[in-house]
Amino acid sequence: MNSRFEPIRSTPTVDSGRLTPRQNHEGPLPDQVEQKSSVGPGVGGVTGMVSEKTSESALGTQADKVGLDLEAVGWSATEQKREYPVYEPGEPVALFVPCYIDQFYPQIARATAELLTWLQVPVEFPSRQTCCGQPAFNSGYWKEACRVVHHFCETFAPYRWIVCPSGSCTAMCRVFFRHLDADARIIEIGQRVFELTEFLVECMGVGDVGARFPHKVTLHIGCHTRRELRVVEPPLELLRYVEGLEYVELPNMEECCGFGGTFSVKMPGLSMAMGQTKVENIIRSGAEVVVSPDISCLMHLSGILRRHPQGRNIRCMHIAELLVAEE
Amino acid sequence: MEAAPPETLRPGPSALMQGARFVKELTRGLAEPGQFGSLAQSAERSSKHNQQLIAAIPYFQSWREQAHQIKRYTLANLDKLLEEFERKITARGATVLYAQNAQEANEYLIRIIQDHHVRTVVKAKSMVSEEMELNHVLESVGVRAVETDLGEFLVQLAGQRPIHLVTPALHLSAADVGRLFQEKLGEPFTQEHAALTQIARKHLRRYFLEADLGISGVNFAIADVGAVCLVENEGNQGLSTSCPRVHVALMGIEKLIPSIRHLPVFLNLLGRSGTGQKLTTYTHLIYGSTPGRKLYVIVLDNGRTQLLRDPKTWTALFCIRCGACLNACPVYRRVGGWAYGWVYPGPIGAILTPQLVGLQEAGKLPFASSLCGACGEVCPVKIDIPHQLVHLRHRAVEEPSPVRSWPERIVWRMWAWAMCHPWMYRLVMRVVRLGTRLARFLPWHPGPLGAWTRGRELPEVPPGPDFRSWWKKHAHELKIFPSNLPPETPRS
Ligand code: SF4
Repeated sequence: MNSRFEPIRSTPTVDSGRLTPRQNHEGPLPDQVEQKSSVGPGVGGVTGMVSEKTSESALGTQADKVGLDLEAVGWSATEQKREYPVYEPGEPVALFVPCYIDQFYPQIARATAELLTWLQVPVEFPSRQTCCGQPAFNSGYWKEACRVVHHFCETFAPYRWIVCPSGSCTAMCRVFFRHLDADARIIEIGQRVFELTEFLVECMGVGDVGARFPHKVTLHIGCHTRRELRVVEPPLELLRYVEGLEYVELPNMEECCGFGGTFSVKMPGLSMAMGQTKVENIIRSGAEVVVSPDISCLMHLSGILRRHPQGRNIRCMHIAELLVAEE
Repeated sequence: MEAAPPETLRPGPSALMQGARFVKELTRGLAEPGQFGSLAQSAERSSKHNQQLIAAIPYFQSWREQAHQIKRYTLANLDKLLEEFERKITARGATVLYAQNAQEANEYLIRIIQDHHVRTVVKAKSMVSEEMELNHVLESVGVRAVETDLGEFLVQLAGQRPIHLVTPALHLSAADVGRLFQEKLGEPFTQEHAALTQIARKHLRRYFLEADLGISGVNFAIADVGAVCLVENEGNQGLSTSCPRVHVALMGIEKLIPSIRHLPVFLNLLGRSGTGQKLTTYTHLIYGSTPGRKLYVIVLDNGRTQLLRDPKTWTALFCIRCGACLNACPVYRRVGGWAYGWVYPGPIGAILTPQLVGLQEAGKLPFASSLCGACGEVCPVKIDIPHQLVHLRHRAVEEPSPVRSWPERIVWRMWAWAMCHPWMYRLVMRVVRLGTRLARFLPWHPGPLGAWTRGRELPEVPPGPDFRSWWKKHAHELKIFPSNLPPETPRS
């Protein structure tokens, strides 16, 4: 199994009894630990805490996991940039169209298909696709979500490249599948899903798609796209090359818009309050159009904007729509 | 103790949970933002300030990773390290007491109070003491505990609970404080910061000199040298721990670090993430009792070993209580700390409280999040709070808790079934589309739909067919022309 996607590491099981220190403390001191971390430091200490029943399994996996090797961490570790695979011209790409885009925003899926075709990518649409399971997953119903995930993987198994015009659904596939099923095949299929803008910029190496859009535009990046996928640069990169486009930065752009899937209807008051702040910032930016790789956030924001006296005329668009717009 | 302990020693979660809006109330009431304009602003301001400070340090991410690894090591070797800590600090005259729950800790404390004939107590900031409901317990045995941390002093005067982990009176403006002093201490009204500080100082000084017992928390307990480390800015901890003859330090079992060599990285992280300082003004290292005085360390479990067993969420114990996740959290900024119902507010409260007091009481907390992930991004010890929130949501619907409901489960079952059958998906979605189209003409919407339209318009469903129908008809029109390819753009 790919070690990067193992489920969260396990910890030794502590005896449920009263918390009193044991006599068994033969483990090396931290000083010694650092020198010989490869032999599994602290095992002696762990033994004391682990109850008889589980000691073996806990120890078996523990040895290489709870060492304290600060040298290995180093002093200059920065957030590692994800290595993207390179798309070779002519490889077919499966389009994953999340359910709400399919139903409420078919024009976005259409724009995505057209854009990819324009860039010489053969697009396919596996017709059995439905949903990635995110709503159930976020609500805690993991068994149900898992069933849907299996369906997703069956549908998309034959494809090397899966592109999705929604950041949060991509995050579900790439980041959260491993919480639902530790099966390496499932996780691997999840890894093949790419958000549209990151696919274009990082995998294909495209920046200029020949678009023209003479308007004042601001960009909102959804939180899953930003923090789970770490996709921030690609949409900016694409906007940079659009002819006639005037980009204005959204104040406090990294703050959540308050959509949060079922959160928006489970806690409407909070969701609204957060959306209101976002909308005020959008208005403050002076943009005519808000564009985003996440149309779910925009569904929520445009709902608020349309009831706002100053925001009524601000358009909300998916980035794919903007890139194929003929204006 | 032979006799059954009096009721007051037992701070059951149910007593603490009173007024917990997140936990007790129904969804609709729970989700309302509170009236904390200044709280939101201060939290946002300090969050931004800290981020700027952090962005200037190239090492910061590696410090985070190191701190994470140190804590991981510590908690995996907790028994050994606790024992070492005890051995070292006891050798210098301190006494270490292990309490399994808050009640036991309170019993120990009362015994100490009786043994040393204590009449007045000064208390520095400690979250564990909040877990123990210490002030009420002490009152019940006729001892008054005075909070000496300025923020805690203020909330104690106002009869409130701390609203924030680090800055307990974040919601009070200078004018509020002036009014509070006028009312409770009989001082003339002022809203000048310097004057207010002088008033507090004047009153607190008296208590420091009178007190027989000082209670403090512990920021880090250092195993290899056997010392407790306290950090602060006001000087009150120094006085609370050195003026009285007896000092009781309260700590959760997870406060340990293996070696004093690991302290700098934590001090670096804590100051910067907590209050936006490079280092807090005072850092105390207490190595044991000095002659004629006595140090007790009470080590509290209170559900922590239970939490240590869960391989998905045990990293919640890495928390160093810096408060960065609170400041970054858009939900916390709007509801304030009290809404989380127990001692620990904000995102860390949303994952700790359900596990320490039980899902039965606090199962709703993990749902109070849009899962934006801002907390995980700032946490100096890299606790993956957002993923743990989802994990706890899962546990909350599986285990007995206020959010577990059969109707909802049935809905999700049916949803999952439909999503596994494309023809059913199309049918359901057709109904949803039709419903959304019609709903805009209705004057009133039920359930979740009503929650959506309370302040938002529904999305406008375009007149055409859904995407898959369009694809069936038009896919063949999407043709690749070789001339389409735009000129090569250099990768930036
Ligand atoms: S969870 Fe992390 S960010 Fe939050 S208080 Fe604890 S250490 Fe600080």
